[in-house]
Amino acid sequence: MSTTTELNQRKSTHRFVAVITSSNWGRHLIIGLPYLCLVAFFLLPLLIVFKISLSDLQDTGIGFKDMLSWRDGIFEVRLKFTNYLFLFGDSLYLRTYLSSIGYALVTTVVSLLVGYPFAYFMARAPAAQRPALMMLVMLPFWTSFLLRIYAWKMLLDNAGVINQVLLWSGIVSEPLQMMNTQFSLQIGMVYVYLPFMVLPLYANLVRMDLRLLEAAADLGARPFTAFRLITIPMSKSGIVAGSMLVFIPCVGEYVIPALLGGPNTLNIGRVLWDEFFSNNDWAMACAVTVVMILMILLPLAIFNRHQTTLGEGQ
Amino acid sequence: MKRNLYLAGAWMSMVYVFLYLPIVTLIAYSFNDSKMVSLWGGFTFKWYLNIFQDTEIVEALLLSLKIALWTATSSVLLGTAAAFALVRYRVFKGRTFFNAMVNAPLVMPEVIIGLSLLLLLVAAQRTFGFPERGMTTIWLGHTMIGLSFAAVVIQSRLVEMDHSLEEAALDLGAKPLQVFWLVTLPMISQSLVAAWLLTFTLSFDNVVVSAFLSGPGSTTLPIEIFSRARLGLNPSVNVIATLTVVLVGFFVVFGSVWLARQERRRAKEQAESYRDASSPTLSAPLK
Repeated sequence: MSTTTELNQRKSTHRFVAVITSSNWGRHLIIGLPYLCLVAFFLLPLLIVFKISLSDLQDTGIGFKDMLSWRDGIFEVRLKFTNYLFLFGDSLYLRTYLSSIGYALVTTVVSLLVGYPFAYFMARAPAAQRPALMMLVMLPFWTSFLLRIYAWKMLLDNAGVINQVLLWSGIVSEPLQMMNTQFSLQIGMVYVYLPFMVLPLYANLVRMDLRLLEAAADLGARPFTAFRLITIPMSKSGIVAGSMLVFIPCVGEYVIPALLGGPNTLNIGRVLWDEFFSNNDWAMACAVTVVMILMILLPLAIFNRHQTTLGEGQ
Repeated sequence: MKRNLYLAGAWMSMVYVFLYLPIVTLIAYSFNDSKMVSLWGGFTFKWYLNIFQDTEIVEALLLSLKIALWTATSSVLLGTAAAFALVRYRVFKGRTFFNAMVNAPLVMPEVIIGLSLLLLLVAAQRTFGFPERGMTTIWLGHTMIGLSFAAVVIQSRLVEMDHSLEEAALDLGAKPLQVFWLVTLPMISQSLVAAWLLTFTLSFDNVVVSAFLSGPGSTTLPIEIFSRARLGLNPSVNVIATLTVVLVGFFVVFGSVWLARQERRRAKEQAESYRDASSPTLSAPLK
């Protein structure tokens, strides 16, 4: 009996898809419009960045020389690798890339360590309380992130709120230098990206079948063992999604380092910005971007695979 | 068990304090009557009065609102199309590629999106003579990010949606377009509202992409705030923050209550219609 209903269901889904697909005009529009937009305004720009990173500046200093030219029977391909050679030859660039990845890694790990228990407790809270707890996480998420970073400037400044409290209570006699250090940068990053870690983790943990834990307990597992052997492996996809949502944008973050970072905190997003806006060196900015994209390509692929399985409803 | 509860409570409170401490500080110090922004010098409303005479802020605010309205609307339109393409059309040429292009902007560092789009616009301007950098170009940039976020929100609703109502409508002779307007759209309307609000916020908040794509005379509110905040602490920023938090807080609380009520009503209606269908004699006197 159940197989026939299943069969019928499958048949009707097929028919449903068939009916929708039959209107060809609508199908072309629905797929074509966003497709075209993404190719024109997301993919093409990236290709232009790649091209400019290999382009040579005109002698006048405005515009770039043609990459491919046909003159006097000579077909010339002109690729300028100077920017890349410079990028890999200069230890400052290398250190900047490495430290950007380092900051992003620290942010991801700290967010996970703080966010996982938080999401776990939230998912195990009484069902009636969960929407309110959730809303309290979402509220800062909806308010301007720029303003919330600025708030940390007020808190961490040498004359800031935290130092005032510390001085007043006599814990320290000199104000602590917290602003413009790695500490303030990381606090800001964790603060901004923590909800991105909590949301996918919560969505995953709240759906878990708790009977598995009961079964484990019946079989003699201690709560922590059950947590380690069941809960954590089952929430793997939430961990991956959250980590990627935090790690990838953190690598190229600009606003947080610009407001909370200092002269010693090297960030690739800031270097890109300065090359473009201060030094006006477009080709160099493009080369910096290309290398950054190559660095985040693997995490991007992992994230994409996760999103795809999520989108297909498995 | 009790110890676990205490641990849970303590951990969650700590995270909430971490999340809200900066916001509370911002609000408190917006009433601070002192030249030193972080030193308390008494209560005042003067920064609030100043802000409305600050033409730079007011103009930037209006521009940001305009861009956010446009962005949210265009993002939801394109995002709905993208979500439908991904969920309903399982097979089409370049689907994997399309899927990747929808997902990438969710995490792509904004400096990359901003820089690359600007270079495209510069190339277009050299070739065709347009577009000038300004409101339209910022709108375009925001829409490219908003599209992805809207698509993800709507996609997750489409995936979990029950197809049987659409099929019933088809069985009863409705045309596909009618089914879309009368059945599908009302069913996904909540996700459309959520996507609209999310993309509105993303646009209203965006600094990096706006900075790359803005031209002379098109300074958005975040760009203005950012340039002030970079120079140091500034009470006007606290005032804007307070107003934003109050407004957003109001909308989020109000919106969640509304959504929850909507959800309950729908569940109730559905339950009632099932009951009516299964036992018509019983339900009649109950009404």
